[in-house]
Amino acid sequence: MADALLEVRKLSIDFHTARGTVHAVRNVSWSINRGETLAVLGESGSGKSVSASAVMNLLDIPPAQIVSGEILFEGKDLLKASQEERRALNGKRIAMIFQDPLSHLNPVYTVGWQIVEMMTAHGRPADAARARALELIARVGLPEPKQAMRKYPHQFSGGQRQRLMIAMALMLKPDILIADEPTTALDVTIQADVLALLKELQAETGMGLVLITHDLGVVAEIADRVVVMSQGEIVEAGTPRNIYHNATHPYTRKLIAAAPGKGAVKHVDAAAPVLLDVQKLRKTYGGFTALNDVSLILHKGQSLAVVGESGSGKSTLAKTLLRLEAADSGAALWKGCNLIAMSARELLGVRREIQMVFQDPTQSLNPRMSVYDLIAEGWDIHRLIPDKVARRRRVAELLEQVGLLPEHAQRYPHQFSGGQRQRIAIARALALEPDLIICDEAVSALDVSIQAQVIALLDDLRKRLGISFLFIAHDLGVVRDFADTVVVMKSGEIVERGPTSLIFDNPRHPYTQRLLAANLDPDPDVQAQRRAAAGRAGA
Amino acid sequence: MTDLSSAKPADIPRSESAALLAMLWRDKLAFVSAVMLLVIVLFAVLGPALLGDAAGAQNLRGRNSPPFDLAHGWAFVLGGDSLGRPMLPRLIVAASSTMGVAAGAVLSALVVGAAFGLVAGYLGKNVSQVIMRLADVIMSFPSLLIAVVVLYVLGPSIPNLVLVLAITRIPIYLRTTCAEVLEVRERMFVQAATVMGASHTRIILRHILPIVAPTLMTIATLDFAFVMLAESSLSFLGIGIQPPNITWGLMVSQGRPYLSSAWWLAFWPGLMIVITALSLNLLSNWMRVALDPAQRWRLEARSTKGGTANG
Amino acid sequence: MTKMIGQRAIASLLSLLGLMILVFFLSRLTGDPAVLFLPIDATEQMKEEFRALHGLDRPIIEQFGAYVWDLLHLDFGDSLRKARPAIDVVLEAYTWTLPLALITMALVMVAAIVLGALAAFKVGGFFDRLVSIVSLVGASAPDFWIAIVAIVIFSINFGWLPTSGVGTPLHWVLPIAVLFIRPFGLIVQVVRGSMLSALGAAYVKTARAKGVKNRPLIFVHTLRNAMLPVITVMGDQAAALLNGAVIVETIFGFPGIGKLMIDSILQRDFNVVLTAIMVTAIAIFIMNILIDIAYGVLDPRIRQ
Repeated sequence: MADALLEVRKLSIDFHTARGTVHAVRNVSWSINRGETLAVLGESGSGKSVSASAVMNLLDIPPAQIVSGEILFEGKDLLKASQEERRALNGKRIAMIFQDPLSHLNPVYTVGWQIVEMMTAHGRPADAARARALELIARVGLPEPKQAMRKYPHQFSGGQRQRLMIAMALMLKPDILIADEPTTALDVTIQADVLALLKELQAETGMGLVLITHDLGVVAEIADRVVVMSQGEIVEAGTPRNIYHNATHPYTRKLIAAAPGKGAVKHVDAAAPVLLDVQKLRKTYGGFTALNDVSLILHKGQSLAVVGESGSGKSTLAKTLLRLEAADSGAALWKGCNLIAMSARELLGVRREIQMVFQDPTQSLNPRMSVYDLIAEGWDIHRLIPDKVARRRRVAELLEQVGLLPEHAQRYPHQFSGGQRQRIAIARALALEPDLIICDEAVSALDVSIQAQVIALLDDLRKRLGISFLFIAHDLGVVRDFADTVVVMKSGEIVERGPTSLIFDNPRHPYTQRLLAANLDPDPDVQAQRRAAAGRAGA
Repeated sequence: MTDLSSAKPADIPRSESAALLAMLWRDKLAFVSAVMLLVIVLFAVLGPALLGDAAGAQNLRGRNSPPFDLAHGWAFVLGGDSLGRPMLPRLIVAASSTMGVAAGAVLSALVVGAAFGLVAGYLGKNVSQVIMRLADVIMSFPSLLIAVVVLYVLGPSIPNLVLVLAITRIPIYLRTTCAEVLEVRERMFVQAATVMGASHTRIILRHILPIVAPTLMTIATLDFAFVMLAESSLSFLGIGIQPPNITWGLMVSQGRPYLSSAWWLAFWPGLMIVITALSLNLLSNWMRVALDPAQRWRLEARSTKGGTANG
Repeated sequence: MTKMIGQRAIASLLSLLGLMILVFFLSRLTGDPAVLFLPIDATEQMKEEFRALHGLDRPIIEQFGAYVWDLLHLDFGDSLRKARPAIDVVLEAYTWTLPLALITMALVMVAAIVLGALAAFKVGGFFDRLVSIVSLVGASAPDFWIAIVAIVIFSINFGWLPTSGVGTPLHWVLPIAVLFIRPFGLIVQVVRGSMLSALGAAYVKTARAKGVKNRPLIFVHTLRNAMLPVITVMGDQAAALLNGAVIVETIFGFPGIGKLMIDSILQRDFNVVLTAIMVTAIAIFIMNILIDIAYGVLDPRIRQ
């Protein structure tokens, strides 16, 4: 790899923060040529985006500091180049797209203007730029390119915005495209489409693709080579197959082991009494039907997963059941009483029996309350455990139960990591000894390895305490590991339901089939087989 | 980055106020401002009792005596006024009314505005729309002119002055609180509290108010400076504080006829206003960052680079 | 957008009505113009005649009714002091205040936006600190005091500029300079803060990855986004100037709306006070609509 087109060589970057110097990346080397796809795999905080930001000159210096190393582009060290030389390379030779295209597109300019600017910023004439923009917008699969040019970013869907970002990045036919988590915020079916588009475009233009991701499935699907990063260092490098099957570093092994969707499937115990019986629940917002006569039954001790993409109505279902939103019609019988029509006083009693764990613990825990106050608040509300000493003892017990330490009680949420925070949220839910916990995407904001830990914790609680779960998720792998029954939702309706094994092994509804097909398997061989199968089906 | 290995806390837990004080010490400008304000508040509280007599005593030989001349005693170090009263004690005594009026107006506006804003914001979009519009309307009134008219009618007294100033400032707190509450009530932890069965009062007081309070504190600090300037304007026009009460604004007004012969009569009280307002501004800027956990790292990060001027 | 402006128009009209009622009755409570206008030795009969002439002898409700009736015919009444239609007196004062406000605001806008944007771009640097300190001092200084200090320095000590009155361009220098300081200080800080948060936005990163040069990065990509909060504050400040820079106009003997207001209140010239407040409210209303339109132009998300 002596004369790669772009080579990062022994790069070390520090961030100077109040808590001291953080070695964001240490001695990182990777390289890429035209036509290749390199995946940089790592969890949050692994430093996987830092070297790419350094390539694009996007680091704020200070607080960042490039300690040592070289970034060679066509053999020339970019770190020694002038600002103007580096600016001229950006977009023209090396382009970049990002996660969350909504915030990465300027909200006050039309997308046409922003795409055209890619060329005008590099001194190309505006009319040529416009023609190329029209051509590319059509190429990335947006309807009516002329109208699209005149629209603003907020007028597109998430997937469309990412396509527009890709069109913008390709304006000057760059040699290398860096994609930083390009599909993370997207639904699985749209993720599959965007990845397919990237692959096609790469084949057409012959560019090199650097894909930064946390998702083993994405790596398996698209990468030729992969480097695995942990705590700022590359711990392993090789082909996806090699890494998946013969990982040598313990971190890589842990990561692969944590990938969801491989455990034994659970089976439902139909003899258990019915806890929650939802009948023809309906909810509309204006003309939009979020829930269309949704019915489901949850048994005691069961874990029922509700699966669907954004806009499927799965979160509305949770909100309506918890009376955060008022249902239009229908009933939800909780131990025989209708939740939907309950008076405020009756509801207060039920509020103790049903608890919720939210998606993002950073937001669901009041930042100004200590862990003790957070957990004890439910007792204040429901006038339980008046004795101070008993409370303290119980908080300590709960913290131990979720894998934290009793002395954590006096700290504040921001002093914990994401996974720990979710454990606090679970301890808070457990404090009221509920019969049902509703989890709304409770692990989707967490890193894969931490996801696995939290799922294991929830499963343990279910077994030991007999708590039932309504588990709302978009990640099929997680669902397969945790749920015993699955309900698939699309556009406010339940399209398929059944035991987990049946849904995964023998899906009947086309949407469920599409969902399962779009779900990326971490095993590159499985993905290759699927691609081959899809190719045969297409041919 | 693994889950449990980082169970050790990142920083040693210490009391919130001690941490804030340490941060204040690091930002030298904000620290000096805080000290300045403390001194002025001490003047305001103790001044009238200690120096009330000295401030009123006339020394005819000290009439319009220039500053930095100790011939008439230490009290005349900043000069004497047109009636031969010493400037320095008068400035210190005037701090009392100046700060008193501003504090009264800011506190009443804060309490009323925040209370209505909390309720309106919590009740949701429609109610707050009405409230916001109402605030807009009051804001679009020519407030200084109305203050002038009202004070003419009601008569210029300290309570009336406080009332007028408070009413013109209520919309500021109302708008801010309302807008913040509208945002905070949608946050996950408020939903989490609802799901747990928390009452509306509990949610407002325990979950929303603590989040909004730092912003209100910051605005109140800034507004204190604004109200002080407004009061001095009214007093300068002769419809604010009336003699024998004195505020810095009134002193500037009283010194105006002597501009060409005794500049210090108008200069010192004006300078006091500038210093106080500047300190409030600086402190408010610091608070905006310090009281916001999301931005606090900016100040904490500063410790590694030494103090810089601004945030 | 049109709906929004319509709503605002209705709200403003209602508030104008309320304002009128408030000021009308308040101003009648301030004292008897007959006592103030006629000589001290005027007889009771002369006072009666004066009141009858100006309708001041009728019950206050009737006076108000008559006033509203005249108002509907665009008759704002006469100024007692100048014996001319009040609206003429007010509009004449506006021919002085309007240019004063416009020139000041234009200078403030240009200076604050350029300096604030540059300070934010090199945050923490020498220039940034200088701008911050200057703006803070500016925002903290009472305008009457600055006016007085400026007169002492530039008029009395150096004799460069006239102390008061109008007539030559030189007469405008001190009022504009004094009025400039506070809005400038406030707006620079808002521009700077707003630019700082806009520069941290993700789309700026995209623009840098596109290879956009620094100048368009600041003035095209960031500034437009950062302008929204700035416009709000500018509106407030411009309203304050339209209100009449009461104090500055009084100190510099500048015959604008602020000085007119104070003089009219002191002399119980009700019709002028009422007219002035209403005209000012209308001017502020028009400005608010312009601000709403500016919002819509700057941010497409507001247009829908």
